Amino acid sequence: MGNLLAAVVSAEATDSGESKSYIERMFSSDGFHAPSITDFFPPAIFGDGTIFEFNRIMMVRVIAAIALIALFWFVANRAKVVPGRLQGALEMMLDFVKDQIVEPVMGAETKKFLPILTTIFLAITFFNITGVIPFLNIASTSLIGLPIIMALWVYVLYLAYGIKKHGLGGYLKNNLFPPGVPKAIYLLLTPIEILQVFILRPATLALRLAANMIAGHLLLVLCFSATQYFFFAAAGAMKSMAAVTFAAGFAFTLFEIFVALLQAYVFTMLAAVYLNMALEEEH
Amino acid sequence: MMLAQTLLLAEEAHTTEVEGADLILPAPYDLLWSIVIFAIIAVVFTRVFLPKIQKVLDERAELIQGGIEKAEKAQAEAAAALEEYTAQLTEARAEAARIREDARVEAAQILAEARRRAGTDAERIVETAQRQIDAERHQAVVSLRSEVGTLATDLASRIVGESLADDARQQRVIDAFLTELETTVKAEG
Repeated sequence: MGNLLAAVVSAEATDSGESKSYIERMFSSDGFHAPSITDFFPPAIFGDGTIFEFNRIMMVRVIAAIALIALFWFVANRAKVVPGRLQGALEMMLDFVKDQIVEPVMGAETKKFLPILTTIFLAITFFNITGVIPFLNIASTSLIGLPIIMALWVYVLYLAYGIKKHGLGGYLKNNLFPPGVPKAIYLLLTPIEILQVFILRPATLALRLAANMIAGHLLLVLCFSATQYFFFAAAGAMKSMAAVTFAAGFAFTLFEIFVALLQAYVFTMLAAVYLNMALEEEH
Repeated sequence: MMLAQTLLLAEEAHTTEVEGADLILPAPYDLLWSIVIFAIIAVVFTRVFLPKIQKVLDERAELIQGGIEKAEKAQAEAAAALEEYTAQLTEARAEAARIREDARVEAAQILAEARRRAGTDAERIVETAQRQIDAERHQAVVSLRSEVGTLATDLASRIVGESLADDARQQRVIDAFLTELETTVKAEG
């Protein structure tokens, strides 16, 4: 126990000896730091190396989840027939999911799946938007685990509802042997469909989301670390490059907000399409 | 010291062992926390928040639907009232026209009656007047006849200075005179 304490103290001592304070680091540059994928694996806050490892990105996820739940807690408990401004804004989001995504795709099945798809849309929006929130600065969905869990949920849902409706045989026949095709084509088509239904759909859902968020984060880090470097470390005319990279960072921030919403839209839309395909009689 | 070294080693290992594949292969802790966080969100949203909001939305739709129905009912009622009013108005107009027509006919009747009565009255008055005139005239003639006779006899006896005692003669003379006088009066007027 004593050993551990000493070790921690000495580690802290060497730490503070090596690096400057946070404020000092904020207004100086010790060279250009290119963004790297280690950004997505920050040191553990606790439980390092175990399944309970909790790091900065997990914390960002928790913060996003708390913000989302708190917001809806506040509004849902005070929801009135004549809405106030906040309730009106949230209803606009819910209406967007209903009118722009779920209803055009699912039609009569809307009522049944609207809560699930709305939850997915809201969760992804909030998890994505942390990428541009100051001090959070990383999308909760840029670490593949969360997109995988959400894609798995959609995957289990469409398989379960499809099998529940058509029976296992009926579902497989509907999806793997689409009608209206010459029998010989099934040799080619069925393996593709198997790949589609069981692997590609959930995998692409998760990967598309995570890849977009990873790329967005790397772009923003690149722009702003370049700004930091040019402004504090570069000499003479090169300093003015900071303005260019800062402008780019600003533009990409706006773009990332757009991408955050767009990816939530795409994920929800595809989830609705997959659910609908599983429920359809024939396609 | 051993433990501290392990911790430091773990830290080093942590920062150095990251590979590209780690971006798509989830770490166990990543999956665990993702499940925990997302499950909480999924449960509270699908079971609590969204049903609550949906209930309010349904309530609103019901209210609006009710309002529309009420307005439709009021409109139907107003239309019925208007129809009834129009019918009543038409009826009242017809009634008025009928009354006016009746009055005109009655007035014409009254007028004709009055005219007829006035005509009869006038005739009667004229007749009475005529009769009275005739009677008066007759009376005048009679009284004149006797008076004029006496006067004339007096006058004549005075003029001729003799008494005309003979009644028959006297009467004849008077009659002749009067007849003459009468014709003269008639001729004059």
